[in-house]
Amino acid sequence: MTTMQTENETLVYARPESLTNVSTHYCPGCTHGIAHRLIAEVIDEMGIRERMIGVASVGCSVFAYNYFNFDFVQAPHGRAPAMATGVKRVLPDKMVITYQGDGDMASIGMAEIVHAATRGENITVFFINNTNYGMTGGQMAPTTLPGQKTTSSIHGRDVETQGYPIRAAELLSQLDGSSYVVRRSLNDPKNVRLAKKAIRVALEVQARGLGFSMIEFLSICPTNWGMTPEASKKWLEEKMIPYYPLGDYKVHPAVAQIKI
Amino acid sequence: MQNEILIAGFGGQGVLFAGQLLAYAAMDEGKQVTWIPSYGPEMRGGTANCTVIISDEEIGSPLVSHPQAVIAMNRPSLDKYEPLVKPDGVLVVNTSMVDRKTTRTDIKVVEVDANAMAEKLGDKRMSNMVLLGALLGQLGVLPMKAIEHALQVHLPERHHSLLPKNYEALHEGAMMQALSI
Amino acid sequence: MAREFMKGNEAIAEAAVRAGVAAYFGYPITPQTELLEYMSHRMPELGRAFVQAESELATINMVYGAACTGQRVMSSSSSPGVSLMMEGVSYIAGTEIPVVLVDVMRGGPGLGNIAPAQGDYNQIVHGGGHGDYHNIVLAPSNVQEAVDFTVLAFDLAEKYRSVTVVLLDGMLGQMMEPCELPPMKPMKTEFEDWAVNGAKGRERRFLTSINLDPAAQEVTNFRLLNRWQQVEANEIRYKKYFMEDARFAVVAYGSSGRISLSAVRAARAEGIPVGLIRPITVSPFPTAAIREASKDLQGMLVVEMSSGQMLEDVLAATRHNVPTEFFGRIGGMVPYPDEVLEEIRGLVKGPLTTEGHPRERWLKRMAERI
Repeated sequence: MTTMQTENETLVYARPESLTNVSTHYCPGCTHGIAHRLIAEVIDEMGIRERMIGVASVGCSVFAYNYFNFDFVQAPHGRAPAMATGVKRVLPDKMVITYQGDGDMASIGMAEIVHAATRGENITVFFINNTNYGMTGGQMAPTTLPGQKTTSSIHGRDVETQGYPIRAAELLSQLDGSSYVVRRSLNDPKNVRLAKKAIRVALEVQARGLGFSMIEFLSICPTNWGMTPEASKKWLEEKMIPYYPLGDYKVHPAVAQIKI
Repeated sequence: MQNEILIAGFGGQGVLFAGQLLAYAAMDEGKQVTWIPSYGPEMRGGTANCTVIISDEEIGSPLVSHPQAVIAMNRPSLDKYEPLVKPDGVLVVNTSMVDRKTTRTDIKVVEVDANAMAEKLGDKRMSNMVLLGALLGQLGVLPMKAIEHALQVHLPERHHSLLPKNYEALHEGAMMQALSI
Repeated sequence: MAREFMKGNEAIAEAAVRAGVAAYFGYPITPQTELLEYMSHRMPELGRAFVQAESELATINMVYGAACTGQRVMSSSSSPGVSLMMEGVSYIAGTEIPVVLVDVMRGGPGLGNIAPAQGDYNQIVHGGGHGDYHNIVLAPSNVQEAVDFTVLAFDLAEKYRSVTVVLLDGMLGQMMEPCELPPMKPMKTEFEDWAVNGAKGRERRFLTSINLDPAAQEVTNFRLLNRWQQVEANEIRYKKYFMEDARFAVVAYGSSGRISLSAVRAARAEGIPVGLIRPITVSPFPTAAIREASKDLQGMLVVEMSSGQMLEDVLAATRHNVPTEFFGRIGGMVPYPDEVLEEIRGLVKGPLTTEGHPRERWLKRMAERI
């Protein structure tokens, strides 16, 4: 056994305090881990861990409260924005976030997210779009691309009978109540850096009481997509980004003033 | 001792307010009292009614099938409630809005041309007060002073200039005689 | 203390305010809307939280979130809206946090109508949401009780970390009666050790109803059940009228209870030795009290504005050993005292039997009437 020599060395990487010291249950290659870490890093940087209250949703991230090292509640399927509203309204000085997948937010919870946004609830929503219901084994989601095969659209999503994907960022950006709505991707280092910056902006929006913020993260699901992580990232670039263009869909003028 | 009074008419005739006034006065007199309206779509321009029960003990049902007294402010109310008045009870009819005679002979009937009387006093909207006065004249349930006090407390401030006229309406109503049978 | 003359719905709202409710969430539905309307101006005026939600589904989850912080939180609705809340109620029960709900029942099933009914009894008392849990259910029968039980509901919810429902119907919601309101309670400043309100200087906390390990879920369910036994031991409430020398008894709750009181008085005036047992907690149900009282009775009459939902609990209490009849008006119809009096006369006339089922005999009688 060798003893690690740390003297005269600089610590460049450590687990953020806002993450618990456990292994996650996420599949190898899944980008949930990246999203978790980015959020935790920003919370650490802002020094707001003790003010945080997270709302976990139903789906792969149902156990998010096991991984984030701050107070958490766990919502029924789709209801995280309503629960977050309840928390925030009685504790307006706390920082309230939801962490939701595409089935949860864009399907069963569409009413709750739209109304939380339109009320301008001062909460931050992290939305993971990986084009399928991951936890239940890869069924068609509201975000599944036209022609994409899932376990409940085995011949590929037929828009004639199964409708079109929902572009959540564009949709929520249309509401007067939303202040900051952007889409980022977790497929490569550059995009990951941009994603982290957006998380910082979103949480600053809330900290300054500027209203509703939401970040959509394009994410991969190698297990249910039946691809390697590498192939998944390529698929995200080639198929998802053209359908779900990255960018800032709503930046309230007051938000544009934020300098980080 | 329990008194049951049902007031019925068109929405807008002051049916519910007349009942509430009675109820407030009863409460201030230390009585047990319930007020229950018909509620829902029928309140919007259709028929409206409320039942007021005044008692010295815990009130059971706030609704009765045979009230002791009825104020019928229009024809549909008369048709519906005349047969239901308890024998020896009181029926006050707003003849301004009713085009038929009453048929019961086992109850006290007071016919009041309430709209005309109210108009003469200055405002047709006081017809409910004339009718309430007529009821109180026949049914010694509460002293007139109690009603006047309740009116003073519960009539919206902006209508307070009308208070003396409303008292007058109550008193004129109270002077109406029951039909002799 | 001065008496206020208040509508049931508004009296409940003000009582909740005075009990220290920190947040109200709701959605308009007749016949409870006055409660929402009252809160919409009263809560902001006091600097407390009010949200008119997009649905009852969102409402109950706002309640859920706010209650997780340890604050006193409530919502109110009427039958169809309450159905929509049932998912959340189950989650709240599973998370073991206190919440107060008000159900102002109306005629159903389905959209039904807005007239008074008691058809939600089974939903509220025996379940509604999925899984093994119990609500504490208080059934006021006048505006004063509506005030008192709303205050009590907050205390019981907190004491037993339970959903507590104030169960009434449109009649009580819409009617006005004098009542005495309690003094304004100071807002809660000390919070329980489960409250999720930011991990400042302490270990993080989380509240959830998930238990993927069945063995752990079983432990949770036993804990809920043990707590429920405490509720049963400590919190059963009911009121008796004219029972000292009664040979017959009417059992009825809420509006049916007060309507039956009128009928019982009229029957007494005719010399019939009849009394009234009015359950106040319909959950936990006063099973032992009814069984005890029934031993001295020749017959019982259960009166409800439903098709005999509480009836089954009464029959279970007497173990079908006491001749029992049932009378109900349903679908939003409200029984008059006269009808109940007629039923009491019928009960006394007999034949008194423990054979067959009271509901079947009631259906036969009703078939002749409607």
